[in-house]
Amino acid sequence: MAGMEKDTPHAMHDLGGVAKFMCEAVDITPHALTDFDKQVDAIRGILGAKGIMTVDELRRGIEAIPEADYHRLSYYRRWVRSITDILLQKGVVTEAELRSALEAG
Amino acid sequence: MFAPGTAVRVKDDWPETRGPVHIRTPHYLRGMQGTVVRHLGSFRNPEDLAFARPAPLRALYHVRFDQPSVWHEGRAGDELQVEIYEHWLEPL
Amino acid sequence: MNIVETDGERLLLALRGVLAAKGIASAAEIAERIAITDSASPGQGARMVAKAWTDPAYRTRLLEDGSKAAEELGIPMRGMPPLGVLENTAELHNLVVCTLCSCYPRAVLGYPPFWYKSAAYRARAVRDPRGLLAEEWGTVLPEGVRLRVVDSTADYRWMVLPQRPAGTEGWDEARLASIVREGDMIGVTIPKAG
Repeated sequence: MAGMEKDTPHAMHDLGGVAKFMCEAVDITPHALTDFDKQVDAIRGILGAKGIMTVDELRRGIEAIPEADYHRLSYYRRWVRSITDILLQKGVVTEAELRSALEAG
Repeated sequence: MFAPGTAVRVKDDWPETRGPVHIRTPHYLRGMQGTVVRHLGSFRNPEDLAFARPAPLRALYHVRFDQPSVWHEGRAGDELQVEIYEHWLEPL
Repeated sequence: MNIVETDGERLLLALRGVLAAKGIASAAEIAERIAITDSASPGQGARMVAKAWTDPAYRTRLLEDGSKAAEELGIPMRGMPPLGVLENTAELHNLVVCTLCSCYPRAVLGYPPFWYKSAAYRARAVRDPRGLLAEEWGTVLPEGVRLRVVDSTADYRWMVLPQRPAGTEGWDEARLASIVREGDMIGVTIPKAG
């Protein structure tokens, strides 16, 4: 029934009117972007400009993050997880390449 | 094409219950009645772009909803105005 | 552990390395893009608002085609999503949200603020906008003013053209722009003469 679905939607990112956030305060204090944030943002823009990954794919990747992780991760940590996931799915990067880079770094 | 002023209903469909999708029609509008404000242009369907599938152009509309009717709470006269793709709209 | 669950900072470093090695994103390209994005800020939107307040013909153009009007003021809009401008009037106040993610008119306002991206804002803005505005920002609309919440779900990006406040008669554009804040152009606050 439509009324029930409004409080708890099927897709966890679909947050309009979701009951469990209706009583949550909004932190309106300024939060400067970190270098991490800006780099992730920039990489997404470059991937978009080069036709490698669209913003729609980014969103789809974010929406696939399990609900608990979605709310635990900061905004740009969701992005880097989605970007990695999508680029792996599309074969733009391989897991072996990333693991190798992780070990080196 | 929906002309401005056309009464429409957002489809009461829930594709997210049937498999992995990327939907840009908010849950709270499914099955709701609204009025077309204007045609915003045509854009490639994000539902397909999200999966790197060929994405056809779809007409995008700005649609107005009576806010208290959507939530059964709120101030009379307040509204919601949301971009909805043509394939999510049915004429009344 | 699934590799995508790796700590974000480590993952970013690894991703940067792999993307650089493949010639997809070099350090220089990343730095350049950051510089471009950093150059956008609410000050750009404020200039547009101030001009609309003083130049009725510009105001009409702004409401007709926000992207073109932004470009008139030297704001780069090529490749950016179309910009829609929502006019506040004596009868109607607009509020912008993206309940599904964080769509925001970045080209004219810069990065979205932290609160705009929060679950609480995204949930409350469409369901209890008046409560949200009053409780978090102390914004209470005058009697008889209706509220329209615009949920950015698709290809457009939306900014609010607030009403020019009383007490600003005779001000030049620069002075007017100085009182237009980021929140005024999203709709959570209303500009004041100061």
